[in-house]
Amino acid sequence: MSEPRPIECEEALRLLAELLDDELHDGTREEVERHLHLCRSCFSRAEFERRLKREISALGREDVSPAFEHRVRRLLGSFTT
Amino acid sequence: MDATTADRAWFEHAVLDLLPELLGTARRLARNREDAEDLAAEAISRAWLHRASLRERERFAGWMLRILSNLYLSGRRAEASRPQETALEDEIEFSLFERLHQPFLLWWGTPEQEFLDRLLREDLIRAIEALPDPFRIVVVLADVRGFSYGEVAAVLEVPVGTVRSRLARGRALLQKALWEHACDAGLRSDTARANREHA
Repeated sequence: MSEPRPIECEEALRLLAELLDDELHDGTREEVERHLHLCRSCFSRAEFERRLKREISALGREDVSPAFEHRVRRLLGSFTT
Repeated sequence: MDATTADRAWFEHAVLDLLPELLGTARRLARNREDAEDLAAEAISRAWLHRASLRERERFAGWMLRILSNLYLSGRRAEASRPQETALEDEIEFSLFERLHQPFLLWWGTPEQEFLDRLLREDLIRAIEALPDPFRIVVVLADVRGFSYGEVAAVLEVPVGTVRSRLARGRALLQKALWEHACDAGLRSDTARANREHA
């Protein structure tokens, strides 16, 4: 298998979002990951974006109030097969 | 227990297990608790009616969350697929990381870590809620919910390229809002003070 071609910071940053979203195909992903291993500045940027993304993803869960849980249980109980 | 009773028990258990995610997604889409609870309840009813379309039970969470997202969008597709023509184009390059690395903001540690350590859930929620709808919906589906670009495109009925560009703009606007909030909350003065103390 051939070595990934080296890419510059500008290209790595352009592709960073798609890397973190797991939307790059294998070859391009390896090129960007290789750049991040070699470039401290881009690595820091990637870590920042990754952590921010994690914080945003944590907003996808919400505490369920007892009243709403009761409502849902009643709703589920009303379903007929 | 017959098959129907077992199916029903399984459905109830699956819904109750997923309730925090369902409500969280509904809340980020609908913005307020009452509408979010109505949306989640309606999605559960719809899922029960269409349960035969769930082919693999392991995929229940994605299936259920797609039903909820589709339900929210059903009356809004035209609006959601038509971004407002504002100056949003100008903001696409905004990077919070770069702002935090401006020379006058060099403080004692790594500024981006410091920023994230201070970031509150409420700050993020406020910033997401302030996004114009077409961008907010894409950010919620991709970043809050973790849908792939293809899944977001299918829910919104727009091309994947539109999802990609709208997500980039939505994230840029989100980061800009976080930056502005941090400035309003005194990030600049804290930093200036820290720089003086460590000079």
